[in-house]
Formats: sequence, C-alpha cells, structure tokens
Amino acid sequence: MTNYWNSYLFVLVFLALGIALPAAALTIGRWLRPHNPYREKLTPYESGVEPFGDAHVRYNARYYLFALLFVVFDVEILFLYPWAVGFHELGLFGLVEALIFMAMLVIGLVYAWRKKVLEWN
Amino acid sequence: MPFFQWVNDALTWGTLFRMLLGGIIVLLFLLGVVAYMLYFERKIIGWMQLRIGPNRVGPLGLFQSIADVLKLLAKEDIVPAQADRPLFLIAPIIAFVPSFVVIAAIPWTASHPFTADISVALLYYLALSSITILGIMLGGWASNNKYSLLGGMRSAAQMISYEIPLGMSLLGVILMAGSLNIVDIVEAQRRFMWFIIPQFLGFCVFIVAATAELNRTPFDLPEAESELVAGYHTEYSGFRFAFYMLAEYLYVFAISCLGAALFFGGWSGPLLPGWLWFAIKVSAFIFFFFWLRATMPRIRVDQLMTFSWKVLLPLALVNIVLTSVIKYWVNAG
Repeated sequence: MTNYWNSYLFVLVFLALGIALPAAALTIGRWLRPHNPYREKLTPYESGVEPFGDAHVRYNARYYLFALLFVVFDVEILFLYPWAVGFHELGLFGLVEALIFMAMLVIGLVYAWRKKVLEWN
Repeated sequence: MPFFQWVNDALTWGTLFRMLLGGIIVLLFLLGVVAYMLYFERKIIGWMQLRIGPNRVGPLGLFQSIADVLKLLAKEDIVPAQADRPLFLIAPIIAFVPSFVVIAAIPWTASHPFTADISVALLYYLALSSITILGIMLGGWASNNKYSLLGGMRSAAQMISYEIPLGMSLLGVILMAGSLNIVDIVEAQRRFMWFIIPQFLGFCVFIVAATAELNRTPFDLPEAESELVAGYHTEYSGFRFAFYMLAEYLYVFAISCLGAALFFGGWSGPLLPGWLWFAIKVSAFIFFFFWLRATMPRIRVDQLMTFSWKVLLPLALVNIVLTSVIKYWVNAG
C-alpha cells in the first residue's frame, strides 16, 4: 500500500531545500564578498561604449505570435497526455477522437505556416 | 536502502526527517555532479580540440570547479543602478529552484530510494521546467541591458518553441507504457524492450528538442558570445550568476536522466547493479551533449525557430499517429 502523500511531501522537501540553498549561499557570500559600488560600475554593459537610452523598449511582435502558438500546442499536449495514459481502455473511439483533435490542430499549424507566421526575419 | 524508501511508510516525524536527510543527500550529490560535469566538459572539449584542459588546481586539475565556486562566492554582487532591483535579485533563484525540484521525480534504481513516486511525473517535469524560462526572461528584462533583454527574449522564444516537440516526443513513450510515471515506464521497458527501438523517431525528436531546450550548441543562440556578449546573464556576477549556471547544468543532468529512463530502460541491465547501469546511461547522454558542443557550429536564428515548428513538430505528430495506430492494431489483432 503506497502512501500517496509521501511522494508529494518529498517534493515539498525538495522545494524547501531548493529555496534554502540560494538563501544560505547568498547570505554566506555577503560576509565574504566585497561591496564597493560606484557610478561607472553600476552602468549597464554595452561593450565599453557609454550606454544610451533605456533597454525597456518595444521589441519585435514576432515573439508574441510564437507565444500564442505555444499556448495552443501546449494545451494540446495537456489534453493528449491523459489520452495517452488511458489509450488502452478507450479503444477505437479514443483513437479516432484524438486523430480528429490532432487533425484540427494540424490545420491551425498549416494556417500559421501559410500566413508566414513561422518565418523569422 | 530501505532507510530512504518512505513510499509505503506512515507519515510521522521520523519519516519526514528521513525525507529531509534524503533530500540533503541528493542536493549535495547534485552539487558534486555539476562540479564534475563542468570539469569533464572543459577537459573533454579540451581533448577534442587537442588542448589539455584544466590541469593546474589539484591533481589533473580535479579541484578546478571547486576553486571556481569559491572564487564566485568571493566576488562582488553587482546590481546595475537602472535595474529592476527586486526582480533582478530574485530571477536567478526562480530559475534555479525548479531545476532542482524536477530531480525529485527521477528513479535511480529499481527500489527507487530518494525518489518521489509521482504518478504524473512527466507532466510534473514539463510543468516545472517551464518556470525556469520565466526566471531567465525576468533576469534578462530586469537587468535593463540591451544584450540581456535580447538574450532573454531569444531564450524564452526558443525554449517555448522547443518545449512543444519535447512534450510531444514523450507522448509516444507514454502511449506504449500507458503511464506518466517514470518508474512504470521503466518497468514497461523491462517487460517489452528499450523504447529506443520502437520509438526511434520519438527519440530523435526528443534528443534534438532537448538540446535546444538546454540552450546548448548547436542551439546556443541565447548565449551567442560573439553576438550578445553573454545573453540574459550579461549583468549578473558572483553567486547569482553561479545559480544560473547551476540551473543550466542541473537541467543537462535531469534531461539525461529522463532520456536514459524513458528510452534506454533506466536502471535495467544485466550483471551490474541498477544504479550503476543508470549512471552509465546518464553519463553517456551527458557525454553526448559535450561532444555535440565540440563538433557542431551554431545555427542561424531564423533556421532555429523554423526548424522547431516546421520539422520537429510535424515529425512528433507523425510519431504519435503512427504509435497510436500501430498500438491499436496490435491490441485489436
């Protein structure tokens, strides 16, 4: 008889340790490292040239399109994982259903392809 | 090691203490693994390029990584004046924590000590590893540096693009094993055969997508030194930089474990004990990533994004359709 919660408690232990390590390392580092900031040191690095302007600028909208595509297909993965686990019990119905589902997403991919969303230039 | 198997035990303070002890052992083990992965990466690439590699600190340079860590610990922690201070400080930690937590789901041996026996382990892996993308992007944005911003955005775009084929390539394995649990998947391979054979197409997609997901050569555009200085961590110094590096190498280790467990039968093998088989398979994967770095040139940014969506994703879909149809046919016939 497996104790279901033990595994998730172990994950929580990992989470706590994962936060404790940086906290401890950065605190110990504080005692060891020098702290000597001055104006030039704190400017952003731009290959030795005086930095101009702010880096928080507008950037290419293409990233946004890829993010949208990502959401669509990531949700598809989320739907397909339980399907793959239950494939054995679902039978022909499950197979046909998933094929239709994937076909619809492929139409979406082909549409994005034809609209040249997938080009990067 | 029954002391570190708590799956069947009642939840008491004693069990919790054993978990905590087990977690600390895994943490220390991983720090050692990363330190020597760094050493062997430099050494192996050195040999491949007819150099010697690190050989000054300690015998054969074995203490090089330890010296590097101590040096980083003693370095000033510079926060640029124009940076978004709270985000800048916390971003490396956001990137590091999931890279460590994913390893809780890796089964080391048949009796899986030090392992959380999670029934949705693969989903857990994918979900957590996406959080690191957030840490990388936030770090790039908060630095208020143009190179960092570009590197961070490139990283995020690349990692989300390749996460799709990575997740889809695992679907073939899940279909064959009928489980998301890595322990069950390894057991299914022991009964049948290593999934590298029936899932060869899936494995090809997996290994390419994994290399891109790890931001390693030939997909190391986010850190293209010759274009972006260093990418998203240009402004980071000292131990915050070390945590980004640690996260990166922990993922190399984690994805090697995943590859070994899902496609190469994990701990199963003749004669040698299970943990040793697992270690050999994982080391082979890690060596493969280093080898790639010494061999392949970096690909272009437009080829990079197109390759994921136009080649890997359709291939992964074909693999799912083939696997599911053949599995249905075999089951019915």
